Amino acid sequence: MTIVVGYVPTPEGEAALTQAIAEARKSNTTLLVINSSKGDSLVDNRYALEPEIQSIEDRLAIQGIDHVIKQPVRGHDAAAEVLDAAEEHNADLIVIGLRRRTPVGKLIMGSTSQRILLEADCPVLAVKAG
Amino acid sequence: MDVWSSLMDGFATALTPMNLLYAVIGVLLGTAVGVLPGLGPAMTVALLLPVTQVLEPTSAFIMFAGIYYGGMYGGSTTSILLNTPGESSSVITAIEGNKMAKAGRAAQALATAAIGSFVAGTIGTALLAMFAPIVVQFAVSLGSPSYFAIMVLALLAVTAVLGSSRLRGFSALGLGLAIGLVGAGSGQARLTFGIPLLTDGIDIVVVAVAIFALGEALWVAAHLRRTPLHAIPVGQPWMGKSDWKRSWKPWLRGTAFGFPFGALPAGGAEIPTFLSYVTEKRLSKHPEEFGHGAIEGVAGPEAANNASAAGTLTPMLALGLPTNATAAVMLAAFTGYGIQPGPQLFASQGPLVWALIASLFIGNFLLLIINLPLAPLWAKLLQLPRPYLYAGILFFATLGAYSVNLQAFDLVLLLVFGALGFMMRRFGLPVLPLILGVILGPRLEDQLRKALKLSGGDPLGPNGLFGEPIAVVVYIIVAIILVWPLLFKLYRRARPAAVSMPATSMPATRSGASEPQEAGGAVSHGSHRADGNPGGDGGDGDG
Repeated sequence: MTIVVGYVPTPEGEAALTQAIAEARKSNTTLLVINSSKGDSLVDNRYALEPEIQSIEDRLAIQGIDHVIKQPVRGHDAAAEVLDAAEEHNADLIVIGLRRRTPVGKLIMGSTSQRILLEADCPVLAVKAG
Repeated sequence: MDVWSSLMDGFATALTPMNLLYAVIGVLLGTAVGVLPGLGPAMTVALLLPVTQVLEPTSAFIMFAGIYYGGMYGGSTTSILLNTPGESSSVITAIEGNKMAKAGRAAQALATAAIGSFVAGTIGTALLAMFAPIVVQFAVSLGSPSYFAIMVLALLAVTAVLGSSRLRGFSALGLGLAIGLVGAGSGQARLTFGIPLLTDGIDIVVVAVAIFALGEALWVAAHLRRTPLHAIPVGQPWMGKSDWKRSWKPWLRGTAFGFPFGALPAGGAEIPTFLSYVTEKRLSKHPEEFGHGAIEGVAGPEAANNASAAGTLTPMLALGLPTNATAAVMLAAFTGYGIQPGPQLFASQGPLVWALIASLFIGNFLLLIINLPLAPLWAKLLQLPRPYLYAGILFFATLGAYSVNLQAFDLVLLLVFGALGFMMRRFGLPVLPLILGVILGPRLEDQLRKALKLSGGDPLGPNGLFGEPIAVVVYIIVAIILVWPLLFKLYRRARPAAVSMPATSMPATRSGASEPQEAGGAVSHGSHRADGNPGGDGGDGDG
């Protein structure tokens, strides 16, 4: 019994994390936080730094939530990492943050959220930045 | 005044709209490759060698000059914002610059680096314009024996002084000289292995592109994934009054260190930046700030590396002696145009040389006005996925190598030397001695043959290799360079406590990389060459 949340240090990512914490408390399950990078560029601002991870760790510990934080850098994109983790831990919910993308933007850049929504085997909860 | 009027003619050439455009392209390209660790001006110029064969020489060299100076500028941005020096000459800048950025003073650090580079580059270029003709006057009086001796010195100095290991340096030099021997240039087919296509020798463009572009791209591809870093966000660079006050003296002192070291064979940019840093630390009124982001520690070394860039061009233009990788590749470009580098260059190609020098002034100015407002944009460049970048480099490398002679055989050579370049990086062999060996080897042999012809085949006779006083002096210096480590060892054995090596000049920690909690095995923490081993990579580095 696990909830998987895809985290990025942006407002959308924060919203997803907040929602995921609420869900985890409600159902009293383990929360698995995934923050990944492909690792192919020198700078990736979506990869959380140690202090950020530490503050999430503290936040979860204070709330008394059973949690695991993972930061895989394996050359896979974020969607694949979240889906892998969900499958591996037999997740019953995936929480992600959505951001507005134009159709053209989606066409060119692809959409992590879309891939997760379409390919996940469990319910996906998509939240927007507040 | 002769220099003055020649220089003004140079400005007239360099300021024509087309040449100005090439200067802008060069400056932008140079900054971009300077910002990206692993790409350097040497690689860029090598990749552009074939492209520029269709350009006029003047335009091509104006662009190369822009790339050369731009690379120096760009390196500081990465050092300051990321603590990952884009180039070996910006290693020192990273020490204080990144601390300043972490303390919220990134804007001031970038500003003092950019303005300091401008000041040092301008003074350095002025010194180049002043000294190069004097060196030429002296050099034209040199005979073949002296010229041969000076080339031997340049090769030995680059090999023995730079880099951590002499054995590796000499191995690389040997490889380079061997590659330079291939062909029938001497009237006798050497190292052609019976392959008729090798009788014309190996095109220097193919070697340069293979070693710098292909070797580097393969090397990066071999450990492509790494934990990403965060660039420190920055706005518009600017400096307060107190920053100016604390910066201008280090700029001037840095220039004074940088220029002479750049002009010396094997001087390079690392030693003067280090010296400048140490001096500023000693002279500073705020020594306690050093190690925590002292602006002097950015201003001095940055000025020093730009001044040394100008200094490097002095022996390159006046004697035809390149002392770093970029200058070596630029020299290859001269030969590509059929222009004979050496003391005759100022006489035979006066307008070209002076236009080049004038374009250095212009490039410097362009860098200042382009880079101060664009610093945040350059930092964005670091988010580029590197596979795209290196795929592009491989494409241009292949295209370039093929286009030189339109021969498929050159692609085979490209792959062979690319693999060699990869192996050299893998085993820590510096690439600078190799490329110098390839470029200077045939010219060295030429001078030796001339000298021996004059002396009637008697190397030790009155007109032989030791027949000129300059040659004898140079050989003494060569002997000192070779014997020095031995003497140093003896001295240290005699007085073990008295001699302590200066502290390592590299930033000890690379911060910003939070350890991934899982998948540690899958992450290749391939520390980049630029921040791992500045001595061992003449390749992308000190250009």
